[in-house]
Amino acid sequence: MTSAPSGPGLSIDSLSHRFDRVTALEAISLEIDGGEILALLGPSGCGKSTLLRLVAGLEAIQHGTIAIGGRTVSAAPGHNLPPERRDVGFLFQDYALFPHLSAADNVAFGLQHLGDAERRKRVGEVLERVGVSALAGAFPHTLSGGQQQRIALARALAPSPGMLLLDEPLSGLDARLRHGLADTLLAILRETGTTAVVVTHDPEEAMYVADRIGVLRDGRLIQFGAPATVYDRPANPFVANFLSDSNRLTGTVGESGAIDTGWGPVDAGSLPAGAAAQILVRYEGVGFAGDGAVRARVLRSRPIGSGAVIVLEAADRPGETLYARAPAGRAPREGDCVAVTLDPAHVFVFPSANAK
Amino acid sequence: MPADSPVATLNASPGTVSAPPLSPARAVWGLGLAAVLGAVLLPIAVVLAHLFVPTGDLWAHLSSTVLPRYVVNTLWLIAGVGVLTLIGGVGTAWLVSLCRFPGRRFFSWALLLPFAMPAYVIAYTYTGLLDFSGPVQSGLRDLFGWSAGDYPAPNIRSLTGAIVMLSLVLYPYVYLLSRSAFLEQSICSLEVSRTLGCTPAQAMRRVALPLARPSIVAGMALALLEALNEFGAMQHFGVDTFTTGIFRVWLADGSPAAAAKLASVFLIFVFAILVLERRSRGRAAFHNLSIRYRPLPGWRLAGWRAAFAVIFCATPIVFGFAAPAAALLWWTWLSAAEVVNADFVRLLITSVALAGSAALITVAVALFLAYAARRSASRLFRGLTRLAAIGYAVPGAVLAVGIVIPFAALDERINAFGADVFGLSPGLIFSGTVFALLFAYAVRFLAISYGAVDGGLTRITGHMDDAARTLGASATGVVRRIHAPMLRPSIAAAGLLIFVDVLKELPATLLLRPFGIDTLALRTYEYATDEQLVEAAPSALAIVLAGILPVILLSRAMRRSSEPREAEGVAPIAAGAPL
Repeated sequence: MTSAPSGPGLSIDSLSHRFDRVTALEAISLEIDGGEILALLGPSGCGKSTLLRLVAGLEAIQHGTIAIGGRTVSAAPGHNLPPERRDVGFLFQDYALFPHLSAADNVAFGLQHLGDAERRKRVGEVLERVGVSALAGAFPHTLSGGQQQRIALARALAPSPGMLLLDEPLSGLDARLRHGLADTLLAILRETGTTAVVVTHDPEEAMYVADRIGVLRDGRLIQFGAPATVYDRPANPFVANFLSDSNRLTGTVGESGAIDTGWGPVDAGSLPAGAAAQILVRYEGVGFAGDGAVRARVLRSRPIGSGAVIVLEAADRPGETLYARAPAGRAPREGDCVAVTLDPAHVFVFPSANAK
Repeated sequence: MPADSPVATLNASPGTVSAPPLSPARAVWGLGLAAVLGAVLLPIAVVLAHLFVPTGDLWAHLSSTVLPRYVVNTLWLIAGVGVLTLIGGVGTAWLVSLCRFPGRRFFSWALLLPFAMPAYVIAYTYTGLLDFSGPVQSGLRDLFGWSAGDYPAPNIRSLTGAIVMLSLVLYPYVYLLSRSAFLEQSICSLEVSRTLGCTPAQAMRRVALPLARPSIVAGMALALLEALNEFGAMQHFGVDTFTTGIFRVWLADGSPAAAAKLASVFLIFVFAILVLERRSRGRAAFHNLSIRYRPLPGWRLAGWRAAFAVIFCATPIVFGFAAPAAALLWWTWLSAAEVVNADFVRLLITSVALAGSAALITVAVALFLAYAARRSASRLFRGLTRLAAIGYAVPGAVLAVGIVIPFAALDERINAFGADVFGLSPGLIFSGTVFALLFAYAVRFLAISYGAVDGGLTRITGHMDDAARTLGASATGVVRRIHAPMLRPSIAAAGLLIFVDVLKELPATLLLRPFGIDTLALRTYEYATDEQLVEAAPSALAIVLAGILPVILLSRAMRRSSEPREAEGVAPIAAGAPL
């Protein structure tokens, strides 16, 4: 899925930022290649939007440096290339279309350097490319959210920026529109080899579009890597749970190097014997097929989308529950008694001191 | 999660590229704001200071003789105008927004027409219409063969008459604000209350009125402030209030200091209205001042109910606009040959020049304030810019006193200094010149232009600025290509409103007029004072015609408001002034 690297993309070095006395970003360093798509993933308030605005030059840098395509655009103190000279496009969450201009004039806004004929041609191309040619003459307030989103995307792409910055580009749209726009977006970015940074709070969105994911929490970059790495080898309990809903269990590492969770033994990995551990078990890591020794009763089993969410109660420990997810056809029925197994690929063990 | 708050702040004011503390640009904006605030607060401070300045025998005499009468009259005025504008404004607003009856669409804009009629003009007109030789009394005598003394003649030149006159032209404030409140709440709450078993009348009492209360109170506060400000009508009817008292003490007794003391007591009433309005509004915010319109399935009236609705809505339009306007037209026809001459044209030119300059200055200051508030993240700074709008509450006569006293003192100093050092006196520089007059207009009407300009500016989100920047526009390019075209309607509307308000303004103009300056309002007042009501008609009619322009603007905004974006820019104007 990754296209061939084409030189440096975005490079951020020891970036810190504060508002008044509250830290928004703390010592962020990361690098992606040209043409790559980076997703900044985190809960609201983690600083990801601030990071995006700093890259765009909409916020003055306070500490650290930012380079785009090998060119230093921000370096504290004092070096701030203004946003209009960074060769970046920005897609805002609220679209921010200019209400006094038609869709075509919105798209033409960044094409001042072209002659009339050339500008018209480019506007036509871009509107065509994002699939909204028919809306060229419409004014923003007459358009639906999805249409406005596409016009805004066309407007950001029209000047062929070297890098596209997207703030929650899909979160305002309903599920059906979301995949359509995501695919349009991905195709255009691949065609043009444009580097992109996508800010999102939705892990599925991040994994769907990105080559690299940076997980942010409380202003810190807590994990940075390929989507599969972040998903399969979360650096801490927060990342594990943020990427996919998990059960939190606790236990103590035994002499054999295993932890008895009450739902079956779990390999303690590098934790020494006697250490207190917390164990995250993803919903999809709970299986019923095997001949596990732990028996549980199915309290609830409800189809949600393509899968089912199942609540289990330990047979010998009333009140202790475990959540599981299974393909809808293979979910047990409410009231059934099942044998529970844990899939090691979806079980993550962390020292308890790390617990947050 | 500690990082929540900074990002929340950021999202609240996105787009402003945050300036480092104490940059030169920030200092310039700060100094500018300090200058504007100083100018606005100076007259108020001067007047309030006189609460504590002893002014000797004259004040002792005043406070034992006329002051109680001023207080009683003012309280009656507040009560009377309050009740009448409440009934008229809320009643008509409820009928046109929540009921269906013949002529509803016409009434919904025509109910604004009395806005065009200054209170003193309607007072003069009714005096002419209702006095012994006027058309009403002579018509009745002819019709029934009565002679003088056979019938009870209404004495319009009384406190009651003044209350009726003022209510006839001030109820549109209440109408406009409660109408928009009814329309805004209607979709959800009213229909819900109907599904919960309320009759339309119960829905009105239990849901619509309580929800609209903040807007109704805001409209009443605006009407009452205008009533307190009124000079011409009170003077003509011989009703002593604080405003007429200030004139008498200043001009007849020749004591600006005693006038200022009177004004300071007056200001307590004004601030009481402001405080009551605030407290009754509580935490209810601005948003219910919008005039966005969504058609509702209203309550269909038929039979006597429909007839009542038509009569109820027609009454204020007929008596507050149609009848006096017809009289003015007729009298203008009678007196035009004599009154409309080269002198009248000079009058027009002076008035237009004065009102135009005031509009330019006031809109420019409002633009400065609105931008200062926009680029600042500091809550204190934003609060201070809103404080600069306080002048709208200060009656014109009070403002004039607060301006003349410091300006005259300044001129005296300058002349004394000039005489000492250079042996010549430059004469009056600040007081008694157009400068003082324009200063007063700017302070009094700043709120109106600030409301309109700020409303327009808030429609331009920070993200639009950001988007323009990332699309290659420089900071000045953003102003030129985004702000200028988007602000143009708000700026034009603000300018028009100020222009018309200055044209109508009487008390401050009368007290601060430089020698040789004459305006339409002053000429109307002078003729009326000489009881030449027919001769007063042409200049009064000119003021009324100009006053129709904002009414057209408002009714157009109402009509277009089904397209939200069109309406938002005019919403703050509909509010009259940002309280």
